[in-house]
Parts: sequence; C-alpha cells; structure tokens
Amino acid sequence: MIPVDSPAQQAEQRATPLDDFRPRSRARAAKNALATATFAATVVVLAVPLALVLWSVVERGAHVALERFPAFFTHEIPIVSRRSGPGMGPAILGTLLVTGGATLISVPLGILGAVYLNEYGSASRFARLVRFMAMVMTGVPSIVMGLFVYMVWTIRFGFSAFGGALALACLMLPVVIGSTEQMLKLVPETLREAAYALGATKSRVVVSVVLRAALPGTVSGSLLAVARAAGETAPLLFAVGASSSYNSDFLQGANTALPMQIFGNATSVFVGAQDRAWGAALTLVLLAFLVTLAARLFTARFATSGSR
Amino acid sequence: MTLADEPEGTKRARPRRPNVAAATAAPAPGAQHAAIAFELDRLEVHYGTFRAVREVTFPIRDREITAFIGPSGCGKTTVLRCLNRMNDLIASARVTGKVSYHGIDLYGASVSVTEVRRRIGMVFQKPNPFPTSVYDNVAYGPRINGVRGRAKLDALVESSLRSAALWDEVKDRLSQSALGMSGGQQQRLCIARALAVEPEVVLMDEPCSSLDPIATDRIEELMRQLKRTYTIVIVTHNMQQAARVSDRTAFFTAEADPGNGNRTGLLVEFDTTAKIFESPTDERTENYVSGRFG
Repeated sequence: MIPVDSPAQQAEQRATPLDDFRPRSRARAAKNALATATFAATVVVLAVPLALVLWSVVERGAHVALERFPAFFTHEIPIVSRRSGPGMGPAILGTLLVTGGATLISVPLGILGAVYLNEYGSASRFARLVRFMAMVMTGVPSIVMGLFVYMVWTIRFGFSAFGGALALACLMLPVVIGSTEQMLKLVPETLREAAYALGATKSRVVVSVVLRAALPGTVSGSLLAVARAAGETAPLLFAVGASSSYNSDFLQGANTALPMQIFGNATSVFVGAQDRAWGAALTLVLLAFLVTLAARLFTARFATSGSR
Repeated sequence: MTLADEPEGTKRARPRRPNVAAATAAPAPGAQHAAIAFELDRLEVHYGTFRAVREVTFPIRDREITAFIGPSGCGKTTVLRCLNRMNDLIASARVTGKVSYHGIDLYGASVSVTEVRRRIGMVFQKPNPFPTSVYDNVAYGPRINGVRGRAKLDALVESSLRSAALWDEVKDRLSQSALGMSGGQQQRLCIARALAVEPEVVLMDEPCSSLDPIATDRIEELMRQLKRTYTIVIVTHNMQQAARVSDRTAFFTAEADPGNGNRTGLLVEFDTTAKIFESPTDERTENYVSGRFG
C-alpha cells in the first residue's frame, strides 16, 4: 500500500513553489561549514610536524648524502670520526641484513599465526589468548625487546646481526599478525563457500582463495612493519653491537646499521660526524620510502589484475 | 506424492486460478519415470538450540528441475545446503534425519565431504567469482581436482563456458578480471565454474535474485538446457520462475514450533509444478501460490 496524503497535506505541499530549493535552515549550512573547516584544520595540524621532519632531514642531509653521488652510499665509514666526508655503505648493508633477517623470521611466522587465528582457532580459548598476547606485544617498547634478546641470545652467543634480527622480528611479529588477520577477516565468506562447493579441502581454500585474496593487504601490512622496524635503534644497540664496518657473517660478530650510525654520529662533537648522521637519517627515510612505495605498487598491481 | 494428509474432499471451493501465466508450460514429458536422485527422510536442521526446519521428507528426481518455494525464513536454503553438506561449514548447524543420494547416506561415516561437493555443485544467491581472471575462475575446480595440462584445461574451460552460454561474450577476454563483468555474466561464470568440475547435480540458491529480467531469462533458458545432463534444484522467491522452469515444486512455510513456539520451517506440499500451481491439495499452498499469503 502506498500511503496517500490527505487533501490538506497535499495542499500544504503545493504551497511551496516548485522552483524553491533553498535550505530549510541556515543552522545546517553553518554546521556543515564548521565541520568542514575543523577537519581541514586537523589535516593541516597533522601535516605540519610531518613536513617539518621531512624538511629538516632533507635540508641538512641532502647535501651530505648526494655530494659526489653515490659516494655516500658506497664508501666505508671513516674510522676517525672527526674527519668529514662519506660514507655509510656498511651501515646500509647492515640495515638490509638485519631487517631482511627480521623479515624472514617474522613475516612467515606472523602470516601462519594469523591464518591459525582467523581460519582455524577463531573463537577458541587458545586463539583468544594468542590474539590478546599479540595485541599486548604491540605496545611493548623496543628497548624491552632489545633487553629480552640480550638476555636470551647475546649474553650466550655474543653480538651478531642475527640477534638484532631476532629483536626486530619480535617487534614486527605482532604487527604482521594483526594486519594479516584483519586482511583475512575481510575476505568474504562467499568466496570460501564458492571454493568449498567445488570440492576444495580446507587447506586448499586457505591457500588458494583466502591467502590469495588477502595477499595485497598482507604484503603491504608486512612491508609497513619492515619499514617501521628498519629505523629501530635501541634493540640493535643491545644485540648487534657497535661496529663501523659491515660483517657479512649473519650469525657471528658485531655489525653495523643505519640507526646506530645516526645515534653514534649525532652524539659526536665533530661537525663532520654530525653531517654524516643527517646523511644517514636521510638514507633511512629514503629506504623506508622505497619499501612503502614497493608495497603500494605491489598492492595496486595485484588489486587490479588476475593472471591467466 | 502429496505430503499433506488432507483428503481431497475437505478442500474448499476451487480457488481462483493462480496468477502464473506459464504454469502449464513446465511438466516435462516422461518426468514420471525419472530415477530418484535424493531421498530426504525426516530431515531436521538445528542452529544451536534453534530448530530451523523440521521433518522434511520427499524425493528429488534425477535430471529434473526441482524448485523450492516459500516465504522468507521457511528453511528452503537450509534444506538446499544439506544436499551437498554446505551446512557443515556453519559451526552451530546440526543435521539429523537422513539425506541419501542414489541410495548412499550423504552424512555417512565413509563419505568424503569434498567428494560430495565435487559431485553436487552449487551456485549461490549473489555471484561470487574469485578475484582472478575469467579463465582462472573456471579452471579452479578442475585444478584442485587434479586436472593438469594446458590443453585439457583449455578444453574444459571452453566447454564449461559454452554450457553456461557465456563463451561468445568472454572468449576474447579470458585473461581479464572476472570482477569487471556484469552481474548476469558473473552469475553465468559461477555456473560455468560449477559445471567445470563435471558435477551430477547443480544446486542453485536464488540464482537470479540479483539479476535483471533479461539476465534472469538467460539463466532460466540455461537451466532448461542443463537439465538434460544435470539434476537441478533451485531455491527461488519468484513463483513465476518456479512455474516457468521447474518440473516439480516443493512448497515450504514457517510455522510456530509445537514445542517452544519458535518459527520453524516445514515442507507443506511436494508435487509436480503444474499440480502445485493449479490445484494444490493444501490450503496453505493455495494461499501462497495465489498471492494471498507471503
């Protein structure tokens, strides 16, 4: 039944001329303007510190890092820190080694854990406990993780890139678990049903449908965790030691990394060293940017196309 | 065939003719002799403590189209999902009674649920293509069931897409994403994907509810062709659709459970589609198909 207005109501409606579309209340328009202005102002406030950080790093680091390109990225770190000039080559390699190791440890573990939590454990008591612990772990300060690795690994086996990777992996793991589980949750139940209805087993559904559909989000979530971990300093000071040369042995001996070089050089009294710290800071920002860019490209590529 | 116990004599005056133009078009020649595919015997489904359907007993014949009709919440979809054990995926669902397929108890201990679903396929209410290419969508089922080799897969993909009346529209864009297709095309792709594993039965859960009349017409035409090779069971809200395509119709409704007063689905009447729409035995069926209820 379509409700029919009474003749009186109809007459009242006709009383408004049809060409009149002015808002019925000025307060609505004012509220709208106020809300829009508030949101815009918030964005500006948020952007200011970001822009300032980027600006100071670029301003003070660019001439150091880009002078006689690519010398800064390839040359050895000067042994006498009073001397100015390039470079940060070993620290870049060290960062790649430690962060790469941390990624290899934490990403597979984190994805498998998230698959368990979302696909198998779901509401079980154990899964809830693990999910809760992962959430708590997200808030643990990085220096605590460094101390933990120092206790269980470094005291026994000495400084090594592996120890640093272990500490960073502990930091990354809850992030990877959390972001992956969110992505798995977003995979529609209808896709799982479609695969089951074709005679797929559960493991098959998880691998070929759920993980595949969640892949772009999982990868970008993991890479953001990588970018985040690459800049951690405290855990590395505990576990990697403070060398100024690259050590290709992953498991044995002290190593170096960009955050530690930034810390060491920035606290130095010599201007040359301070410059190198700014250069290293810019390098680290660039590395994080590259990783984030890779995540974006990867996501865009997989979100739009299927492979035949 | 009629399940309601009401004797013919108690029926009230002949109702006005159901408002279904195509009701007479459905009965298939030789339909009476078709072998029985499914036998449902006092099937009941509980979700937790809630009884969703009670004591459903009727047969579904081989190579016919059987339609489930009835108002929302009457358990049509629940019963359909028992036929290939999709209800197993719902943790709280519990199925009692018996569902046998060509004499084999589908819920028996030695029955593999994946094998059940491979032989008894399903098409869902909303088109649900995988977010991959058209080709990969159709090839998914064969691949997980062990079909290897490019040539074999190519042939299977083509024949499935042809059976689903989609080949001519997509043959030049097999490598493009399935998500770029229209709703009707996506649903036919899902049918092609179901056919690619060479099932014996295709269960369709309101396959046309999200489609426009033209796409609906194409899917109905497709069903008529498919029933030569496949047993088809379709759940539909659209009575005209049931009347147009099905050979037999099961009418479900929801009524207060005598035990606890919750609304529970039950089968009211099962018969040839012509009988259900033109001279149903049960008053509730009559009210429903003539549009006075539901």
